[in-house]
Amino acid sequence: MSYSDKVLDHYENPRNVGALEAGDASVGTGMVGAPACGDVMKLQIKVNADGIIEEARFKTYGCGSAIASSSLVTEWVKGKTLDQALEIKNTAIAEELALPPVKIHCSILAEDAIKAAVADYRNKHEVVDAGYAACNPTAA
Amino acid sequence: MPQVPIYLDYSATTPIDPRVAEQMIPYLTEKFGNPASRSHAFGWDADKAVELAREEVAGLVNCDPKEIVWTSGATESDNLAIKGAAQFYKGKGKHLITVRTEHKAVLDPMRELERQGFEVTYLDPEPDGLLDLEKFRAAIRPDTILASVMHVNNEIGVIQDIDTIGELCRAKGVLFHVDAAQSTGKAPIDLARMKVDLMSFSAHKTYGPKGVGALYVRRKPRVRLEAQMHGGGHERGMRSGTLATHQIVGMGAAFRIAAEEMATENERIRYLRDRLWVGLNTLDEVHLNGDMLRRVPHNLNASFNFVEGESLMMAIKDLAVSSGSACTSASLEPSYVLKALGRNDELAHSSIRFSIGRFTTEQEIDYAVQLLHKHVGKLRDLSPLWDMHCAGVDLNTVQWAAH
Repeated sequence: MSYSDKVLDHYENPRNVGALEAGDASVGTGMVGAPACGDVMKLQIKVNADGIIEEARFKTYGCGSAIASSSLVTEWVKGKTLDQALEIKNTAIAEELALPPVKIHCSILAEDAIKAAVADYRNKHEVVDAGYAACNPTAA
Repeated sequence: MPQVPIYLDYSATTPIDPRVAEQMIPYLTEKFGNPASRSHAFGWDADKAVELAREEVAGLVNCDPKEIVWTSGATESDNLAIKGAAQFYKGKGKHLITVRTEHKAVLDPMRELERQGFEVTYLDPEPDGLLDLEKFRAAIRPDTILASVMHVNNEIGVIQDIDTIGELCRAKGVLFHVDAAQSTGKAPIDLARMKVDLMSFSAHKTYGPKGVGALYVRRKPRVRLEAQMHGGGHERGMRSGTLATHQIVGMGAAFRIAAEEMATENERIRYLRDRLWVGLNTLDEVHLNGDMLRRVPHNLNASFNFVEGESLMMAIKDLAVSSGSACTSASLEPSYVLKALGRNDELAHSSIRFSIGRFTTEQEIDYAVQLLHKHVGKLRDLSPLWDMHCAGVDLNTVQWAAH
């Protein structure tokens, strides 16, 4: 499998790796995927008083495309409102990284990670999200 | 630093030994005759070379050269053996036995036979990759005509007990086929002693050329096959098609060298493999796949838990290795061999196969160890699963969002 230069760049120099304090009210955490499927993404966003995402962090278990997709979305969500972040579509991620068809699911997972992180933040603030159940694996 | 990339994928294929290539070349140019041409010296020379190669192949596995049939490779040999025997003996019964960890070149012909109305029992190996012989014995039925068990597994390198399985089959009148593509030059084969009826060989796994292989077909007691390739009646009608003299010469030379050198070569390779394992085993959460003792010295298959195999291969791109990760296959399914051992999906996704060979050096092994130490750590720093593991979370109790 040969990767695009952008995938290789994100893979070799991943942006915003790490964790934010999950218990903090300003932080939303999304964890999507499953080890059995070969990829798990954890995306965290920190939202300021104006409703803008000012920080994002990720950790990903998965192939190079999964790591690159999550690294990319941490860059993309920064500076956006929650609604703007939810507009990021997997097709845009796949296009930016020139993912081959067999790796499209990595971009879908990255989109899901944004949705899950936003849903978690909104749950904390008792804003009912339109139907997306936040994934909170550690609670099980 | 050694020259990179470093080839540690000798179970996928091997380079042609330069001594082998040298012997092949004249048969591409001046000695180009068709070995089936009986009327002139060009044909006689080619035929002589083919028959010498047949003796060389027979020499490595201790059989009569007349029992060797040339094919295009182990896949064709497996197809000819399994479908050819099943179709010839279907009057006696329509049941076959094999193992879930066989190569696709055995499993797919079995599937095809199922479509033709045969019934196949697929046995699960034990967690160490080896077959429980009692389970094998219990699977034999009055209508069983053929069993197929590989000698050495291509992914985990474990060596099945072919001697005992052969005895069980012979006692019950069941034909026994063995895929030996991965064992020539690595594990001893003695067909005078082993009760094997059909055995598949490949040249390119043993420093010979790609595109040539052989099938051993026992003469005493005689084994009959329905040909799968019809034409000029070459190879006593079992496999028609003009013989590829240069390829066959290469296979003969490669097998002769293997016979001469395997004892000393395998000790050197075992030292390198053990050095690799000692080096890698100091990492946390590294799991060996398959039994370590009943294994060819060339193979090491390990799972680096909480690190996905394909991303690890990207990180260690100076090493040419292979992975059981789904991401390296078109199917998105992790290795069926590791899953048949009862390994969970995570460990199958995290597996790397290192296969060592004739041209591997100690310096290369040391470099590989160093590279893995560096990158496994880096990828674990990126892994949410590693964080959870370090925080004491049992990943098996986590409810994952399926996708």
